Amino acid sequence: MSATTVLDWGLGLAQGMLVLAMALAAWRMLRGPRAQDRILGLDTLYLNGMLAIVVHGMRTGSGLYFEAALILGMIGFTATVALAKFLMQGEVIQ
Amino acid sequence: MSRILRPFLPYPLLSVGLAGTWLLLNAPLSPGSAVLALLVGLTVPAVMRALRPPAVRVRAPGTLARLLVVVLYDMVRSNIDVGRIILGLRRGTRRTGFVAIPLDLREPFGLAVLAIILTATPGTLWVRYDSGTGRLLLHVLDYTDGDEWVRRVKDRYERPLMQIFGRGNSA
Amino acid sequence: MSGADLPAWAAWLVVALAIAGAGVSLTGALGLVRLRTFYERVHAPTLGATLGMALILTSSMVLLSLLEGRLVLRDALIGVFLTITTPVTLLLLARAAAQRDRHEGNPGAPPEI
Repeated sequence: MSATTVLDWGLGLAQGMLVLAMALAAWRMLRGPRAQDRILGLDTLYLNGMLAIVVHGMRTGSGLYFEAALILGMIGFTATVALAKFLMQGEVIQ
Repeated sequence: MSRILRPFLPYPLLSVGLAGTWLLLNAPLSPGSAVLALLVGLTVPAVMRALRPPAVRVRAPGTLARLLVVVLYDMVRSNIDVGRIILGLRRGTRRTGFVAIPLDLREPFGLAVLAIILTATPGTLWVRYDSGTGRLLLHVLDYTDGDEWVRRVKDRYERPLMQIFGRGNSA
Repeated sequence: MSGADLPAWAAWLVVALAIAGAGVSLTGALGLVRLRTFYERVHAPTLGATLGMALILTSSMVLLSLLEGRLVLRDALIGVFLTITTPVTLLLLARAAAQRDRHEGNPGAPPEI
């Protein structure tokens, strides 16, 4: 097998596994049962999505996807922190 | 650090970190990006001075290196442990529970690093920390009776961290 | 598709690292489905955020370094970023959950310290 075939199939498999992980995280996000479970699902979805972008960047061989992955990671962090903060202060009387 | 350098380098670690990040982002290394990295490393910490973050002094670099190795080893091992629990490969009954750990570490930076270590080793989760009593509440995925977890956290992580970010003359 | 001029061992190494990392991440996401209580589930994503992330980023750095013929360490920045942010998100989430559970008097609520 040539190096190209190995890379193409292997990285494709890794991408598929990460997409499956995203699907599982999305299931937890939709299923709940409570708000903190949904936020946890969203955080995992972001994380695996970011890793999937990194692997996609490897498949195309360009470094352009690095910025996309970094930005997705930052957005995921901000979103999760904001949601968790809301959970602490938006519903529970302080 | 000498008194002459202090106005220019209020936070040397921050300067090094910023310059390094800049160089990594702008690889391959060229003279232009090196000059810019130097500028970023010298000017941005001066802006940070307005926020007055407490200065961090790292002592005992040897301990720091040893701690890093311990944490890397624990990270891999606990990843495997938690993976086995999730996949149902572990026999016997498993309990989860909360563990309260009385910490002697008070340095904010040391506590932050401890939080990173405990998160980086799956199976332990930092739930809350009371800065008044110094008690830390952990949730552990593999609960054992007795003070095994307390000893593990204190011996493996807290003691080296206290040596590295020792209290006292950290002005 | 890239990598035509790559030696075979390098391709296998890159692929092995990437698949191992994706496997660890997938195990973590599976834990999100399989574990029973919220406090157990919070442990699950850390698998992807630690070892899974490290393996995939190493794989990416190895591949890009070989392709470009120089050391490419840029992806390590993602690792540094994730290492710093994951404790913050999980800590806040656990605290929010603990606060809600205690407020509602749920049986699984963490004890007072």
